[in-house]
Amino acid sequence: MANALEISSLVKVYDNGFTALKGIDLTVQEGDFFALLGPNGAGKSTSLGIVSSLVNKTSGDVRVNGYDLVNQREQVKRSLGVVPQEFNFNAFEKVFDIIVQQAGYYGLNRKQAAVKAEEYLKKLDLWSKKDTQARMLSGGMKRRLMIARALVHEPKILILDEPTAGVDIEIRRSMWTFLTELNRQGTTIILTTHYLEEAESLCRNLAIIGKGEIIAQGPTKELLKDKDRSTFVADFSQSPESLPESFSQFDAQLTGDGSVEFHIKRGESLNQVFALFDQYNLPILSMRPKTNRLEELFVDLTENQPETGSKV
Amino acid sequence: MTHPYWVAFSSIVVKEVRRFLRIWPQTLLPPAITMVLYFVIFGNLIGSRIGEMGGFDYMQFIVPGLIMMTVITNAYGNVSSSFFSNKFQRSLEELMVAPVPNWVILSGFVIGGVARGLACGIIVMLLSLWFSKLVVSHIFVTISVILLTAIVFSIAGLINAIFATKFDDVTIVPTFILTPLTYLGGVFYSVSLLPEFWQWVSKLNPILYMVNTFRYGIIGVSDIPVATAYAMLGLFVIVLGSWAMYLLNTGRGLRT
Repeated sequence: MANALEISSLVKVYDNGFTALKGIDLTVQEGDFFALLGPNGAGKSTSLGIVSSLVNKTSGDVRVNGYDLVNQREQVKRSLGVVPQEFNFNAFEKVFDIIVQQAGYYGLNRKQAAVKAEEYLKKLDLWSKKDTQARMLSGGMKRRLMIARALVHEPKILILDEPTAGVDIEIRRSMWTFLTELNRQGTTIILTTHYLEEAESLCRNLAIIGKGEIIAQGPTKELLKDKDRSTFVADFSQSPESLPESFSQFDAQLTGDGSVEFHIKRGESLNQVFALFDQYNLPILSMRPKTNRLEELFVDLTENQPETGSKV
Repeated sequence: MTHPYWVAFSSIVVKEVRRFLRIWPQTLLPPAITMVLYFVIFGNLIGSRIGEMGGFDYMQFIVPGLIMMTVITNAYGNVSSSFFSNKFQRSLEELMVAPVPNWVILSGFVIGGVARGLACGIIVMLLSLWFSKLVVSHIFVTISVILLTAIVFSIAGLINAIFATKFDDVTIVPTFILTPLTYLGGVFYSVSLLPEFWQWVSKLNPILYMVNTFRYGIIGVSDIPVATAYAMLGLFVIVLGSWAMYLLNTGRGLRT
């Protein structure tokens, strides 16, 4: 399968001397649903900004859909739809005009643009707002407006920089459904997000970036398989006052609110824990994972990343 | 099928024209009011005591200069404020991620500026008919010089907006450079009235050439050679146009 995005040895040094990217390598296959994760300031937006022609690279190579970013920039731009993190439309323009205008930049005449605008505004549930000034939309609607705008020229690759930031759960889930369907129809999707649950449930492959370096990359399932333990929290109808010594095999601890926090290593079964609680007559009322596995992997990798000097 | 670049260019122009029409109380109305005041105060009240200037009554003499002043400030102001607003609220990114070559972006914004400059110029010209008879002596010179001037100042407005980092920066050049140069560019007087030294200094002011050539097109008199004005305008278009393209290509002030 061809690569939708190939980044090699990409370096970005800002004018103030800050090295945002220290020579990253990244590959996203055509048709993939890919997440680029990392803490704030890790280099996610810089990477996507370079791919989107919004940030100048210092060195390195970027190929999008097989086209070279420097020598074939126009083809690169035609291949991409970009949904940035910040709202970047004229807030005083009407929703419909924003979409038609953007379509014009991609060479769609007004008639073609109007058809596409109607299609995508309807798909993103914004058709009823077509004559509304963008500034009057809610935060979730503004995000959907940017998605509709990015799709109006039907790009092969859609880049979304924190698309669900600040939107409520209902809208977030409807956006997930929309993006999943879009990906199923063949659009490669690359997103950054702080919602790790989102990345874990949507993305087949992911990369974690920290301090300008890729610290993990691969299929989501494979990366999570390497996560050696998961943390759970159990609640009881009657909280135990202390835990017998045998619970130490699960690194179990009483928490302040009377719950028990314990860890399951790879290869261990939850049934072993249930059996132990049962043995000491501690019936579990409810149980939940403390964090999802990806969150634990993310924290492990980013918090334990060693300081490295600039490669530049 | 229409070429994609043409569609992109016309999209930018339509957007720019719609913008200044939508906010007409800020764009079209102020020059109309200001120029009517100029016509009444300088042309009628004071002008009637001045008598003739360059062989024409004072009102006839100042009308071409005031039209040119309107075109210059509005062409410049349209591009500098629109481009900077786009940059400030990041909607310029819509263009930067799209496959629109920089020369199309430059042309689109410049034609938007020319459109507003000419729209305001036509409004002022129509208003001047209440105060003075307007007979165009050289129609080609009149149209070509006003178009070239609008293009030059539209490009200059875009360069100003590229360098600007705050709204104050787009008002500094019009206030401290354009307005003085326009007032000293022979809008209200013939430079032949000045002492020789100040005539020489005045001839370093490019706006003097534009105003006088336009005046030549309308009433047929000029303080300077018309050919020199065309050469200067051509040079400005090339130099400023190349500079603007360089700035857009390198992403100065636009891409980090």
